[in-house]
Amino acid sequence: MITRIFPGRFESLSLIAEYVRGEGETAGLSDKALFELETAVDEAVSNIIEHSYGGEDIGEVICTCDQLTSGIQVILEDFGQPFDPACIPVPNLSAALKDRKNNGLGYYLMCQLMDEVKFDFYENHNRLTLTKLKE
Amino acid sequence: METSTTQFKRCDVVKVAGRVDSATAPKLAEEIAQVHDRGQFKIVIDMTELDFISSAGLRVLIAALKASKRYNRGDLLLAAMQDNIKSVFELAGFTQIFKIYDTVLDAVGNF
Repeated sequence: MITRIFPGRFESLSLIAEYVRGEGETAGLSDKALFELETAVDEAVSNIIEHSYGGEDIGEVICTCDQLTSGIQVILEDFGQPFDPACIPVPNLSAALKDRKNNGLGYYLMCQLMDEVKFDFYENHNRLTLTKLKE
Repeated sequence: METSTTQFKRCDVVKVAGRVDSATAPKLAEEIAQVHDRGQFKIVIDMTELDFISSAGLRVLIAALKASKRYNRGDLLLAAMQDNIKSVFELAGFTQIFKIYDTVLDAVGNF
């Protein structure tokens, strides 16, 4: 299990992607699964910076990759505000263009692309565990 | 991420290469806004070298599509999308609202 700490800013996204992709390759994920993992982690970290911290350079994002025999687990921790996933509306994917909201897709994509998404909220930090299995 | 715009007779082609995420999406928005500011609303997005796009990039594209189509003044077409990117568009329900072409030439020819 390897842990790396990144500054909570959007410039960290490509560095985190590089790190997670490398760990995913070691875990034996397919190219498609690697792309899906990278997308989900990007959405998760963007949400942490934007919503949990409420902006860039407020706090750090701790990223741990845990190799599983069946795939990989990526654990993201932050020290911002907790949130209730149940409060996030499901986007209407069949709405006409004029009725489409420009935002609200990130959380939906993350849940669709991962095999398991688990939130844990503690007194002073939040933990998001993303699991991607080998196909 | 790198962006560039080429002006053609019928439309402008905005090429986006590399990675569009929350850090780089504003630059793509700015590139498209500059085309709109010139009064050109017929746009093809060349995705030949686009490796990654997050929901931040999808937000930019849907906002740009709405702006292009307003008052029936134009459209924003997508071209040469890689398979991984296309799967994200399908998941987001975007393949129903964007016109997607296999090649830039096909897209330009549609205007």
